[in-house]
Amino acid sequence: MPRPATLLRLAALALLLAFLIVPQRFAPLFVPFTEYGAPPIYDQGSLPMLALAHLGTVFAATAVSAIVAIGLGILVTRAGGAEFLPLSRTLVNIGQTFPPVAVLAIAVPLVGFGELPTLIALFAYGLLPIFENTLSGLQSCPPAVVEAADGMGMSPRQRLLAVELPLAMPLILEGVRLSLVVNVGTATIGSTVAAKGLGEVIIAGLLSNNTAFILQGGLVTGLMAILLYELMGTVERRILRATHLA
Amino acid sequence: MVQALHARRRIDRLGALLGVVAMVAATTLPFVVFKANRIASGEPRSLLAALPSAPLLLASVALLAVAAAFVRQARARLAAAVVGVLTVALALAWAADALTPAGNRLVRISPGAGCWLLLLAFALIATDALARLRPGPLARVGALALMAAAMWAAFAAGLFDQLSIMREYAVNASGFGRELRQHVLLALGSVGAATLVGLPLGITCHRVPRVRGAILQVLNLVQTIPSIALFGILMVPLGALATAVPLAADLGINGIGPAPAAVALFLYALLPVVANTVVGLGRVSPVAVDAARGMGLTSWQVLGEIELALALPVIITGIRIVLVQNIGLVTIAALIGGGGLGTYVFQGVGQTAIDLVLLGAIPTVALAFSAAVLLDALVDLTGRAAP
Repeated sequence: MPRPATLLRLAALALLLAFLIVPQRFAPLFVPFTEYGAPPIYDQGSLPMLALAHLGTVFAATAVSAIVAIGLGILVTRAGGAEFLPLSRTLVNIGQTFPPVAVLAIAVPLVGFGELPTLIALFAYGLLPIFENTLSGLQSCPPAVVEAADGMGMSPRQRLLAVELPLAMPLILEGVRLSLVVNVGTATIGSTVAAKGLGEVIIAGLLSNNTAFILQGGLVTGLMAILLYELMGTVERRILRATHLA
Repeated sequence: MVQALHARRRIDRLGALLGVVAMVAATTLPFVVFKANRIASGEPRSLLAALPSAPLLLASVALLAVAAAFVRQARARLAAAVVGVLTVALALAWAADALTPAGNRLVRISPGAGCWLLLLAFALIATDALARLRPGPLARVGALALMAAAMWAAFAAGLFDQLSIMREYAVNASGFGRELRQHVLLALGSVGAATLVGLPLGITCHRVPRVRGAILQVLNLVQTIPSIALFGILMVPLGALATAVPLAADLGINGIGPAPAAVALFLYALLPVVANTVVGLGRVSPVAVDAARGMGLTSWQVLGEIELALALPVIITGIRIVLVQNIGLVTIAALIGGGGLGTYVFQGVGQTAIDLVLLGAIPTVALAFSAAVLLDALVDLTGRAAP
């Protein structure tokens, strides 16, 4: 007998998929939000394709942020990179004060309209939580454990791979999870610069004064963010169980 | 000991790297971009081509770059970096003056990649030196005030008037103050309201564990709704309210404009305030609370004088997070006619005019950065005052 929470998640997933595949079935629900006989369901593109493009952008950007942020986190916690630690810390803090819209808008004249500026903005925004968590994960390894690893004759590389990274893994994964979920929401802004994604539905609603579109875009994105959060939680537990058994 | 001696003799690798970046930027990349008019395509101009006094400037940049690599004392590095930033800023202003034919209002001069990279390199050296000096909260606020004063003086003196971004400002000068005020008002107002509502809500969550999960869950759900959608969705009930209740419309509550933006920003701000209040109150040691009760303090006194006072740094950290976040989010309010500096960002995107984008983006970043510095100082001060 699955737990109620699991059932709720499955129901949410079923709802999301049903809406994406046969949106017209939900039309009566959205009719009250339209005026002057406007279409109740987004009809200017395929919803499943937009959702896939949206997820693709988010995953691609978060993957690159994860690689860069974890790499940087490892670098500045090694003896050779210690000089870069105070600066990278401060930069991460300052980086958070840049609104994503500003990053997006500045990237457009440099790289043109479309997916690329969105990828850049999401990449920059996703860096911060992952880097911060990698840092605290690596720095919170008990010194006794690190010393024991040294005492066993491990090389710095072995120590990192076999001791420090596994110990820091829960925090690092939590950072990736946070980035991923925040990016699902932020990616909607990308549609203001013509990136493919669910933001298109919302923007179309704003432009044509059609609240039904805005609701659809918002609800689908929100549902995706929640489901992704839960999914990442499960993946995290799986990975952690696997590494601890090994 | 041997290691320490070794370290002292070695060059500073971060400084060396940034020094090399500065030199490469100064010698190979375009320092400014020259456009015959607003829509003409830009022609890159190197530092040497843009400025008569360029060799002198290059020499000083080289000197500062070397200083960054070899001077290990943080104060001296900070001074060198600040001189570097000022030199590049002045060079930019001079280059714009030198390249603009007298009386020509059509020519557009924007900072090029080299100029941005130079500013970035020196700003990074300064940031690094500051991070190592670990200044106290008041010193940080002082440094911020100094920076603001220097900027204000530069603008008041018209130093950058020939730059394209200031030309955009001149065109929008009449509305800029209004949008800036609107931006600040929306950000501060929403965070203020969220604090007024969030504090009691957080205290309730702390005192009544039964409702805690439900309240935090609902606020978490609100956070997953993308901002542009929440802005849009809120236009409906507020529009309906304005139609149904004329008084609401008279008060400025409307489907389009700042009202839905203010409500959405308020909703986004609630979660961090409530969550941090709960965390902060949860961290207060029960011993302190028991001792206060034993001293005969009433339940309200315990809450106000002990629990909230001890939880204050964590609560202010929550307010800092939402204030910085909301200053950024207000830019999106422009999409639904809410005004604010986002107006220029989206106009700029629409016209592919990067200088107009920057006219909206740079003040936004400056506002968020200042808010972060000020509230961080407040967190430190309250944390120090509490035992």
